[in-house]
Amino acid sequence: MPDLHMVVCMKVVPKPEEVHVDPATRLLDRAHARSEINPPDMNALEFALELKDHYGGRVSILSMGPPFFEPYLRVGLAMGADHIYLLSDRAFGGADTLATTYTLAKGIQKMGGADLIFCGEESSDGATGQVPPGLAEWLDICQITLVSNFDIDLARSVARGRHEIRGGYEILEVPLPAVVSVKTASNEPRFMDYRIKPWAFAEGRVTVWTKTDLQADEACIGVPGSPTTVSELTQAPARERKREFLIGTSEEIAQRLAELLHDVSQNAPETLRKS
Amino acid sequence: MVASLYSVAEEQKAIWVFLEQEAGKLENVSLELLAKGRQLADQVGWRLAGFLMGNSIAQLTQEAIAYGADEVVLAEHPLLDDFTVDAYCHVAFEAIMRYKPSVFLLGVTPDGRDLAGRLAVRLRTGLNADCTDLRLTPESGILAGEVSGFGGGVLALIEMQNHRPQMATIRPGVFPPGQADPHRKGSVIRLPVNLTEAMINTRIVERVVGARTDLTQTPALVVGGRGVGDKFDMLRELADLIGGDIGATRPPVDEGYIERERQIGQTGVVCRPKVAIVCGVSGAFHFVVGIQGADVVVAINSDPKAPIFDFADYCIVGDVFKVVPALTAALRATHEVSYA
Repeated sequence: MPDLHMVVCMKVVPKPEEVHVDPATRLLDRAHARSEINPPDMNALEFALELKDHYGGRVSILSMGPPFFEPYLRVGLAMGADHIYLLSDRAFGGADTLATTYTLAKGIQKMGGADLIFCGEESSDGATGQVPPGLAEWLDICQITLVSNFDIDLARSVARGRHEIRGGYEILEVPLPAVVSVKTASNEPRFMDYRIKPWAFAEGRVTVWTKTDLQADEACIGVPGSPTTVSELTQAPARERKREFLIGTSEEIAQRLAELLHDVSQNAPETLRKS
Repeated sequence: MVASLYSVAEEQKAIWVFLEQEAGKLENVSLELLAKGRQLADQVGWRLAGFLMGNSIAQLTQEAIAYGADEVVLAEHPLLDDFTVDAYCHVAFEAIMRYKPSVFLLGVTPDGRDLAGRLAVRLRTGLNADCTDLRLTPESGILAGEVSGFGGGVLALIEMQNHRPQMATIRPGVFPPGQADPHRKGSVIRLPVNLTEAMINTRIVERVVGARTDLTQTPALVVGGRGVGDKFDMLRELADLIGGDIGATRPPVDEGYIERERQIGQTGVVCRPKVAIVCGVSGAFHFVVGIQGADVVVAINSDPKAPIFDFADYCIVGDVFKVVPALTAALRATHEVSYA
């Protein structure tokens, strides 16, 4: 395998701590939130860059979204990636997992395929982690999800990763090409290299592909390609809490709390809620 | 519009639940889904089926029936002994195409997510992921999944009109498990399994399952946030004293102070303890989602403006490093308190 090609799927999301809930309407205010690269995707990129350091090859960043994603994604170039492919078309908008994974798969095919496709564990806005397996299915290749440790054996053309399961782990081995979802915080993403920053932000680093470029089936992208619809948006019911402040020295408060905890452990919850 | 492999007209009026098992026991989340599935099936007059894959696990069919299943669709094969997404997706796809259930529910677990994400694409159907509630409309047979939007402030109802099966994954702990009725009768449908080694490209080189942490079941939860630093020993002492367990928000998990399986909230565990004692946590909405089911919430934070106090029954503005040890001492000295 002379030229190992790795693709890292990345997404730009609003910073969760800057997304506010309007106290009156209880609706989300995303307008004032700054954006960032979905943090788990940085762990995915770091995995790919470490493999590149070791085995050579090239790292492509793949993203689906509006043009404003571009400067955020270029940070990935300044970290060591080689090129950005941005799938950008109004027709891609409103995509659920099925349409998103279809579109990403078309992008990878258009690139001429990849040996490894890295994804973050989940996105900080959607947080469902369903893109990696869906993408693997469209491409008809293997997946290893929730990976915290990873290596490849080029001679045998296999990937081996430590995959998290409930209460433990598995070491899984799959043939290349494969989709790998990286466990959040499983590595320390490197900083931008300021020496290559001018290169990263120069012309010619980003390829934008539309639905026409991808020769995407119109029925499979955006809203038409998305089986799920949002039928209703409601305010999350705020559960009424007592909000009783306990005042005093630490010892006085501790004493009162100990009594409360005793009562709670003895009483049926219904009694407590009514009291 | 992209069509699913079978249509609404072809669906069977049945709810299927993916039954996960480990070491000869059904997972709690599977029991929770059976209980919720039973309730939905009764509302609309449909059948509830457990879908069980594995090797030499036929003894679990009676347990699934006791917990509410009308029937168990059983697929047994040596190559289903340990979960590989290749084998499980292959068998699940064949089973679903054979019986065409209207609804297929899975738990949000590593295996449940791996299977659901792949299977939904193979079936060209929608996936309603990470639901916190489910509703089934009797007239239309449409399943709506409640999903908490960014940060948890908004709830969205998501459904699919034209695609089948209506797949949904549900977080552990959001539905209470039902009571087993050992006298309940049901049927077992054995599925022919067509699997060969050549179909499985994933090789399990090593498999280690240690002690399981299951915070969805703990009666008392002590949670640490950024404000407790790495002092989880202090919280552990308190939790042990009252027969509970410890959890955390995301920052201490990311710092490596505590295992990720103890992360509480939208991207972690959703709990329903009798009491949650929340220490040094600011109270971001995506965390609060994880303790909304607690009967009583106690919050300790040095910042009187911390949002967590809006979500607590008892609020203490103070230094967690003073209040928690004082509480531990007070519990030791004066009260015998145990939630265990």
